[in-house]
Amino acid sequence: MIEPRELPYLQETPFTADHCLKCNICTQACPVVPVTDLFPGPKTVGPQAQRFRDPDLPSPDQSVDYCSGCGICTLVCPHGVRVMEINTQAKAKLAEAKGFSLRNWILGHNAWWGVLGTPFAPLLNWAFRFKPFRWLAEKTLGISARAAFPTWAGYTFRSWWRKREKKRAQPAEDARPVVVYYHGCSTNSYEPRIGKLAVQILEHNGFRVIVPPQACCGLPLQSNGMFAEARRFARKNTSALADYARRGIPIVGTAGSCIMALKGDYEHILGLHDDDTRALAGGIYDISEFLWGLHQQGKLKTDFRPVSAFPPELRALIGDSIVPYHAPCQLKAHGMGRPALDLLDLIPELRVVEMDADCCGIAGTYGYKAEKRQIAEDVGAPLFRRIREIGARLAVCDTETCRWHIAQMSGARVVHPVELLASAYGITADERAMI
Amino acid sequence: MQAETTLNCDVLVIGGGATGAGVLFDLAQRGLRVILAEQNDVATGTSGRYHGLLHSGGRYAVRDPESARECIEENWIVRRIAPHTIEDTGGWFAAFPPDDPAYIPLWLEGCKAVGIPTEPVPLAQALREEPHLNPQAYAIYRVPDAACDSFELIHSLVEAAAALGGVTLTYHRVCAIEKHGGKVIGALLQNRRTGGYVRVHAHAIVNAAGPWAGEVAKLAGADIHMTHDRGVMVAMNVRWVNTIINRLATPDDGDILVPVGTVCVIGTTSVVVERPDDLDIPAREITQMLDAGEVMIPNFRKARALRAWAGVRPLYDPPQKRAGEAEGGVGEDGRFITRSFRALSHADVGAAGMLSIVGGKLTTYRQMAEKISDEVCAYLGVSAPCRTAQTPLPKPTWLGNGGRKLHALTHRLHQLEHAPTHNNLICECEIITRDQLETAIRASGEGVSLDDLRRDLRLGMGPCQAGFCGYRAAGVLGETAHLPPADSIAALATFIEERFRGNRPLLWGHQLRQALLDELIYRRALGVPTPQPEAHAAD
Ligand SMILES: Cc1cc2nc3c(=O)[nH]c(=O)nc-3n(C[C@H](O)[C@H](O)[C@H](O)COP(=O)(O)OP(=O)(O)OC[C@H]3O[C@@H](n4cnc5c(N)ncnc54)[C@H](O)[C@@H]3O)c2cc1C
Ligand code: SF4
Ligand code: SF4
Ligand code: SF4
Repeated sequence: MIEPRELPYLQETPFTADHCLKCNICTQACPVVPVTDLFPGPKTVGPQAQRFRDPDLPSPDQSVDYCSGCGICTLVCPHGVRVMEINTQAKAKLAEAKGFSLRNWILGHNAWWGVLGTPFAPLLNWAFRFKPFRWLAEKTLGISARAAFPTWAGYTFRSWWRKREKKRAQPAEDARPVVVYYHGCSTNSYEPRIGKLAVQILEHNGFRVIVPPQACCGLPLQSNGMFAEARRFARKNTSALADYARRGIPIVGTAGSCIMALKGDYEHILGLHDDDTRALAGGIYDISEFLWGLHQQGKLKTDFRPVSAFPPELRALIGDSIVPYHAPCQLKAHGMGRPALDLLDLIPELRVVEMDADCCGIAGTYGYKAEKRQIAEDVGAPLFRRIREIGARLAVCDTETCRWHIAQMSGARVVHPVELLASAYGITADERAMI
Repeated sequence: MQAETTLNCDVLVIGGGATGAGVLFDLAQRGLRVILAEQNDVATGTSGRYHGLLHSGGRYAVRDPESARECIEENWIVRRIAPHTIEDTGGWFAAFPPDDPAYIPLWLEGCKAVGIPTEPVPLAQALREEPHLNPQAYAIYRVPDAACDSFELIHSLVEAAAALGGVTLTYHRVCAIEKHGGKVIGALLQNRRTGGYVRVHAHAIVNAAGPWAGEVAKLAGADIHMTHDRGVMVAMNVRWVNTIINRLATPDDGDILVPVGTVCVIGTTSVVVERPDDLDIPAREITQMLDAGEVMIPNFRKARALRAWAGVRPLYDPPQKRAGEAEGGVGEDGRFITRSFRALSHADVGAAGMLSIVGGKLTTYRQMAEKISDEVCAYLGVSAPCRTAQTPLPKPTWLGNGGRKLHALTHRLHQLEHAPTHNNLICECEIITRDQLETAIRASGEGVSLDDLRRDLRLGMGPCQAGFCGYRAAGVLGETAHLPPADSIAALATFIEERFRGNRPLLWGHQLRQALLDELIYRRALGVPTPQPEAHAAD
């Protein structure tokens, strides 16, 4: 007998199908299964179908494309089958076999549209709310006319950051510990305010924040089957950021699903097994996870003001209601609990309640596809109903597309946890106050 | 014994393995009236328990050139006439560090001599094609091996023969052979389902009973000494390779890995046993297989072992040995006996017209059938030539939807995708829909068991080993065949027990977890009775 090599084969995504005991726990948990007959469920399209996929032949099962990629199946599988990852890889192969899809190409490249669209923000924001334009987009491209699109902020987070850095005289010797901020593309182009608040919260807690060059996480490309390009983005990030992780400098981000891409998808879906990928995966944190970690070490500043001292607009939105919190699936996949909920609990007078919903339905770009739109709305229906029943006008959620979707479908305004934390710290995104 | 029915034919074929089915078709095609009698379902003997390899002949190139030549000749023919039974995986002969490099030139020479094409595969390319292969392989050659589904092949032969008037009687055991005036004139068959008897009048009888050939010959008063060479195989749930891997070394235990459908099968051992139905699986032989797997595929045993089974090779042990042939005593390695085949006449014991076809491989079934059919025709004075090498076999129609092909792994997935609704899925692991199951039940007629359906459809052969499909299939069987509930439950109990038995030697890791879950489903939740444990498991 020869010495067995230490190879992670059976941990590699396709081989985890071998662990499946057919227990159906994933099928019970999948949010898409109960709302459509088009999707036979995670066990069927995942570990089961995997046994019939030949690496050299096109995969014949279109139905796997109805997997939203929410990752609940992987999370609940007690035997370590990476069901969602198996599905995502199968979807990519399907996409490859089907050839170019303009719709998926557009949805996959949101990083570009964010930046390219910024100078034309008013025009684009108008167009995306102009019904005939959306109708046309649905008919010609298959992009749902009902889906909520974000608005371009008109400036990017990075441009703001550069200006701010220039204006500030850096002290020669700065003893503060350093954190890297990973903003993601949505914060950069659509919601720079979240980045501004995050940076200040970190600074308020005694950190020096740096924002090195970085790329889109590649998740939209990955979920639209463009693996080669997604890997290029991934490599940009791993080579730009891995070194910080190795030096023990935490990398902190505000986009829950993007962070998950860097934490796990690069390895388990895109199949990158290099040292940089692993180092980065081990050194990147969701901002709530990071702050709650600080709190557990007694290092978080807790000079939170009560809701009654919040800015009037926010105070009015909260009223005397509880504030619903939805933990997005991509965040659950981190396996870190609900740090945002724990943090928000520290704010006096704020009553944040977890909605215990599986999924809001949008799942990144899934709910933007015309043929999947109804599914996306039906999956999230229980969550939307609960928010409406509570009568809440403000809700909290950590990932962007989910926020936009929940807001549109429930009528509530949906904010990122840092927006409430910032108000409690007395931090605003107001230009003058910031520098 | 009083027979209830009498049937007349020109030739009675005994044995529904590949050989018997091949003879049935060959003779039917030559215009004879043929009946095949099989004591169980077709493909339940060695042909249903084999390793799955359509040999290129490479394995026998050095020590058994006659068999090697037969294999390569037939390999090309079977590819042509029964492509739907074949997954053209290709095969490699690969030498790993413990293997003697001196064997390589001998082997290459042997292959050349009998016409087996070989092509060297550089290691870098080999690892690209098969990333799990042990990178210490130091020589690799490509040969035209393929994976062959024997169930499919035998069903095609039976169907093709039926279209020409050939009759197949399953669950009919030949229990006596009748002679008159120095010739055989027929046989008495017992219907094993009803217990009744059938008399078959025949002008000639072909003994194609595989490892049971000795027993059948005895019914005619003839004595042929068969060597029963048992081999154990283990199916792994992971298709570690998509190419058949043979060790490039003197044939030994566990030196072939065959991707078959969704699994890959490592095999086999070679132990001479007393009885043709000794299907014991000693734990030691399983360990041996897994160790052997590790040499070709590091970490081999980390995948789930799904099922172990044994088959008995029907090797012919002639009274006069040819050069190089060894004596095959019980308990010894049977690998030294030729894999070539012989046609034997029993006129010497007053049983003219009784011919036995012994030895051989599944790969060479057609040539065996041709040879024995030629002799039958000579005996009967029929001059029709053999045409089986030129006649493509029909794809089986009994499954509906234009038949089933196995030659692409993705096929069943494709079928499911186009099935009317997903929740009609009965066997999830092997992807069998309610429709397919019902069609197979109807086509099989009365008395069909779940195990018959397993062979027809691969029902219950996946990772859960019938855990989730057994009870569903029993329900569909009950409904479709209008069985009283007690019969459905009995059918289920038998099926489950048979499945659990194949699992028992493999209870560790994932398969142990699976077995516990299955046990909970059947014994605790459904209350399916536990048969008394046997002191000595026969399968
Ligand atoms: C472990 C193992 C691995 C093998 N691997 C390969 C391989 O990879 N490739 C290859 O080419 N070959 C392989 N072989 C060899 C091959 O399987 C056999 O040579 C071939 O299947 C024999 O077919 P058969 O029809 O002659 O016998 P069988 O398939 O055994 O058929 C004989 C039939 O006769 C029936 N029968 C017996 N007595 C009676 C009776 N009295 N009345 C009615 N019916 C009766 C039996 O029920 C049985 O179904 C392997 C063999 C073994 C044991
Ligand atoms: S990823 Fe989500 S939608 Fe896809 S199968 Fe898993 S649970 Fe269902
Ligand atoms: S993937 Fe996991 S949860 Fe789903 S059936 Fe298999 S073992 Fe159960
Ligand atoms: S849409 Fe939001 S909640 Fe739903 S799957 Fe995605 S991340 Fe989860």
